[in-house]
Order: sequence, then C-alpha cells, then structure tokens
Amino acid sequence: MTVILNQSFTGISIGAVLLLIALGLTLTFGQMGVINMAHGEFIMAGAYTTYVLQKSISSAGVSLLVALPVAFLVAGAMGVLLEWLLIRRLYVRPLDTLLVTWGVSLMLQQLARDIFGAPNVQTTAPDLLTGNISLGGGITFANSRLFILGLALLSVLALTVILRFTPLGRRIRAVVQNRDLAEVSGIATGQVDRLTFFIGSGLAGVAGVALTLVGPIGPTMGTNYIVDAFLVVVVGGIGRLKGSVITAFALGVLQSVLEYSTTVSVAKVMVLVAIVAFLQWRPQGLYTLRTRSLA
Amino acid sequence: MTTTTTTVTAPPVSLLERLRVPGGFVLGAVLLLGVAPVALSDFRLSLLAKYLCYAIVAIGVSLAWGRGGLMVLGQGVFFGLGGYAMAMHLKLTDAAATGETLPDFMQLYGTGDALPWWWKPFANPAFALAMTVLLPMAVAAVLGFFVFQRRVKGAYFAILSQALAAALAIWLIGQQATTGGTNGLTDIQGFFGYSLDDPVNQRMVYFVIAAVLLLLMALARQLFVSRYGELLIAVRDSEERVRFLGYNPANVKLVAYVVAAGMAGLAGALFVPAVGIISPALIGIVPSIGFVIGAAVGGRASLVGAVLGAIAVAWAQSTLSDAFPAAWTYLQGLLFVVAVGFLPGGLASLWAVLRKRRTRTGTPATGETA
Repeated sequence: MTVILNQSFTGISIGAVLLLIALGLTLTFGQMGVINMAHGEFIMAGAYTTYVLQKSISSAGVSLLVALPVAFLVAGAMGVLLEWLLIRRLYVRPLDTLLVTWGVSLMLQQLARDIFGAPNVQTTAPDLLTGNISLGGGITFANSRLFILGLALLSVLALTVILRFTPLGRRIRAVVQNRDLAEVSGIATGQVDRLTFFIGSGLAGVAGVALTLVGPIGPTMGTNYIVDAFLVVVVGGIGRLKGSVITAFALGVLQSVLEYSTTVSVAKVMVLVAIVAFLQWRPQGLYTLRTRSLA
Repeated sequence: MTTTTTTVTAPPVSLLERLRVPGGFVLGAVLLLGVAPVALSDFRLSLLAKYLCYAIVAIGVSLAWGRGGLMVLGQGVFFGLGGYAMAMHLKLTDAAATGETLPDFMQLYGTGDALPWWWKPFANPAFALAMTVLLPMAVAAVLGFFVFQRRVKGAYFAILSQALAAALAIWLIGQQATTGGTNGLTDIQGFFGYSLDDPVNQRMVYFVIAAVLLLLMALARQLFVSRYGELLIAVRDSEERVRFLGYNPANVKLVAYVVAAGMAGLAGALFVPAVGIISPALIGIVPSIGFVIGAAVGGRASLVGAVLGAIAVAWAQSTLSDAFPAAWTYLQGLLFVVAVGFLPGGLASLWAVLRKRRTRTGTPATGETA
C-alpha cells in the first residue's frame, strides 16, 4: 500500500511537470494549430535564467522567486519574437511549423552551448525545498516536488482566470473557436495571436524554473520533455485546459505505476500503446471543442 | 465560319520533354553505377553508400508526405527495425563463424548461455531478409490502421509517429542484454559470407544500395503516375471530398504509410553493412526528423528533389559538422527555417519560383498546403 501511494505521488509530481510544460503548448497549439518544437528551448531559457539570477543573487530562495517572473518575461519575449519573425507566416501551413521551429530549436540549443558551455550546470535549491514531508507510515513527499505541484496548479488557476474572466481571454476563446468570425467582429487576431504566444511561451519559462529543482540544466534539457508534453495535449484535447490537467496527472501516474511493475523503457512503450488505444475511443482527445468544421 | 476542331489528344510534347524522365533515370544510373565508383576513393564511396541509404528513406517520405500529406516523423522506427533485423542476422553469422553461439556483446553482459527466443529465427538469412521489410510494414500497418480509421490526422498523427520513434529508441536502450543498449549492434564483420573489411566487398555493398535506390525510384515514379498516385494527392488536398466520392481515405493513406515504412526498413537493412553499426542514436526523434528534413530541403513533392536533398543534407552534415561543429548547427537550423518556411517546395522548386518571379513580379510564390 505504501509503495503504491509513494508511486502515485511520484506520478503526480511527474504529472505536475508535464502539466506546466503542456499548459503553454495547449495554448499555442490549440489557439493556432502551431506545433512549436522550440517550446523545449523556451523551457531551457527559463532554466538558464534561474541559473544566471542565482549567480548574482546569493540567497537561493530570493533568486528562485525573482526567477519566476523574469523567466516568464524572457521566454515570453522569445516566443513573441519567434511568432513575429516566423510563425505568423506559417498559419496556413501549420504542420510545417513543426520543422521550422525544429530548426529554431537547433539554433537555440547551439546558442546555449556557446554561451553556457556544453556541460550541464546546476542551481542550489533553497533550504526550504530540499527536505521531505513525511505523511506517516513511510509515505514521503519531496518539498521541491510539492512546490512544483503548487506552481502547476497556480498556473492553471491563473490561466483559467485569464481565459474566463478577462477581455483578453474572451478574445482568445473567440479566435480559437472561429478565427474568421472573430476577425470580422473586429478582433485583431494577429495581436491576440502574439499575446497568446507570449503567455504560452512564458509558461514554458516558468516550467524551466521548476525543472531546475529536479534536474540539471543543459542545452538539450527541453527535448527530453517535449514529446511527452505534446502527447498530453493530444490526449487532453487541443486547446482544452481541463483535458490537459486530467491527462497530465493520469499519464504521470500511469507512467510511474507501470515503471514500478515493469521497467522505465517498457513503461514508455505501454503508455504509448495506451494512448493509441485511447484515441480509438476519443480521436479528438478527452475534451473536444465543438466546431462545425469538417476537418 | 471555320470549324473548330477539338482535339482529344494531348498538346504536342517535344521529344526532349518526353525523354526527360527516362533520360534522367539513365543519367542517374550512369552517375551512380558508372562514374561514382571510378571517380571516388573507397572511403568516399562508402560514405556515398551511407547517404544513398538516407535517400532510400527519402523516397518513402516523398510518397507519404509529399504526395499524401502525411507527416511521417517516425521513419527512424522503420529504419531501425530493418537495421536491427539485418544486424541481428549478421551478428549471429559472425558469431557462428568464430564457433560461438552468442554474439559478442551478449557474452560481455553475461545473460546466460541461451540466445533469447526472438533472436533465434534471425539466424535464417531468408527470414531475416524478409523481416527487414515485413516487420516495419507490419508495425506501420497496425499503427496506421488504428490511427487513420479513427480519422486521427495532421498534427496528431505527426506527434504519434514521433512518440513511436522515441518509445522504440528508449526501449532498445533499456534492453542492454539483448539489444546492445545504447551501443547498439556494432562491429559487424561479414555480409552473407563476404568480409566487410575487404574494400572490394564494400564496393559490392555500394552497388547493391545504388541498384536498390534506382529500382525503388522507378517503382515510386510508377506509383506516382498511377491512378493510386492521383488518389493520394486528392486525399492530401481534400480528404472529405474523396470520402464523398466513395473512397475510403484511410486505406489510401495506409498504403502510402506502409510502403514508406517498407522502404525505410530496407534502407536500414542496407545501412548496416555499409556503415557496420545500428544503434538507438540512429533511429530516435532527432534522426527521424532528419529523414524528413532532407526531403523537405530538396523538395518533398518532387521525387528527385527529395532524394537529392537527403543526399545533400547528409553530405553537408558529415563534411561541415567535422570542420565547424558550432557553425554547422546554426547553418543547419537556418537551412531548415529557410527551406521549409520560405521555400515550401524545397530547392527543387527554386528554379520555377525564380522564373515565376521574373515573369510576374509581385506575385508571391505560393506553397502547397501542408
């Protein structure tokens, strides 16, 4: 029982990381059908931002708190730049964005290698986040994991509030549901796209800050997560927050429970099989946006 | 009033135009089979053999992606299945030649004396050869059937095929004892009784690869001009209309995906004797995208463009990445961005685009839909 609970907690923390990464993707993917492979490199940018800030701010706790908004802005700015330079030209060919942003991600990885060196670097976690919380009966939960879970849930909450209750959120939802109709209703869709990209990429930066607590920082760190995060978006239903939240935790728990009963590699394959099987049942993902389009 | 004669025959085609395709084919054959083996050193020829393997994958990519609009991001899976099937057989014959029953790496990791059951059939050359093509096709058929039948498409399909590549690579790495893990299957000595150390036999391998490439290009070209080829383009451009006409687009797409997988498998199988190694690093997400990129740079919809693009990118990769590792990565990224973003028809369309620009300035070159 203890083992199962511990394993589930591990799964939930994997899910929290996935959720943080997938949140930004579900925005950019859902809003514009853009497959942004450079999302992983925005995560990396957030992580390196944390690293740089920690070099100048001695207190690990303060630097982590400062890093959250700064990483959001840095990654968000990179996202806007990418959107403005390249992606806005590719809205008619969404699949090609995958290859174009892959080229961008190669360049960004090399840039990181040139600036920070190829070897991984590390940040020190604040004392508060290094310990474990014991829930009795041998069940423990790492503080850093708890922090990431909190961060993920906070991001979901913030995003929900923005999408539901702000004028910007209304415009974003309008563009997602029917771009042309939104355009003729007087919404500047180009501007909405750019803001959406800013938020989505910024969330990748926040995810990068979180990842510094659980692993090393390196030029290729984003690539490790990007495919899993895309799977979360696909299974959850494109552009649906609720779907991403449920899927991220479900896949995280499934992965860690399977890992325990088999091996890491077999678990990966089994998760993929489960996803293909799931798509037989719901080809458009867990939650679908009802539209009248045939595609 | 003059009677207007409506001719049903096609407009007159010049002799040059009519000879273009067979002429190009013969030219390619002469270059590959006649000129290259004479002009290139043994070392360069074996490099070219490796690039031609990538070109064989590109034929399938051109079929499935260029013609069918299926973004096949997991070709590394099929390349790997073909490669591993071939390498398993060659490792077993290598071991048998020295009187062993187990391949060298299995002895090293001490997995016991018994060969794993799924290795055993690969001792048979006919079985192994058949598997290099049938195994990838079977995997593609299963995945494709489930995915296309439920109308999972576009980005969903691209991501699923990519996830499959990641999963296979991770699985292979995890099975150190039976697949060689991260190292893969290395140090392959012989090729159906011929020693691969001998440059003469290396040349033979090159000729086999070049011949297979030419054969598959001819086959793909026939497929392109056939009724099926037109149906495939129709599905790419308007799947719903094809459905309304009474065809099942899922089957059309499945055939393209399965054929492309078989070609990638064959390429992987030929890659093993040409290079002497197959490993997870050659088949994961990064190489899988690489297979698509070569075709995209050259021109996905044009068979010759895709093949030449794959060869050119592989060539640039190995020559430039040694000399300028950092600069090459930037250049590579830039190449993908420019070629895919601004020249969707690839370099094959450059000439047509330029000609259009000159005659009709102001009209942007429109790309096809992805």
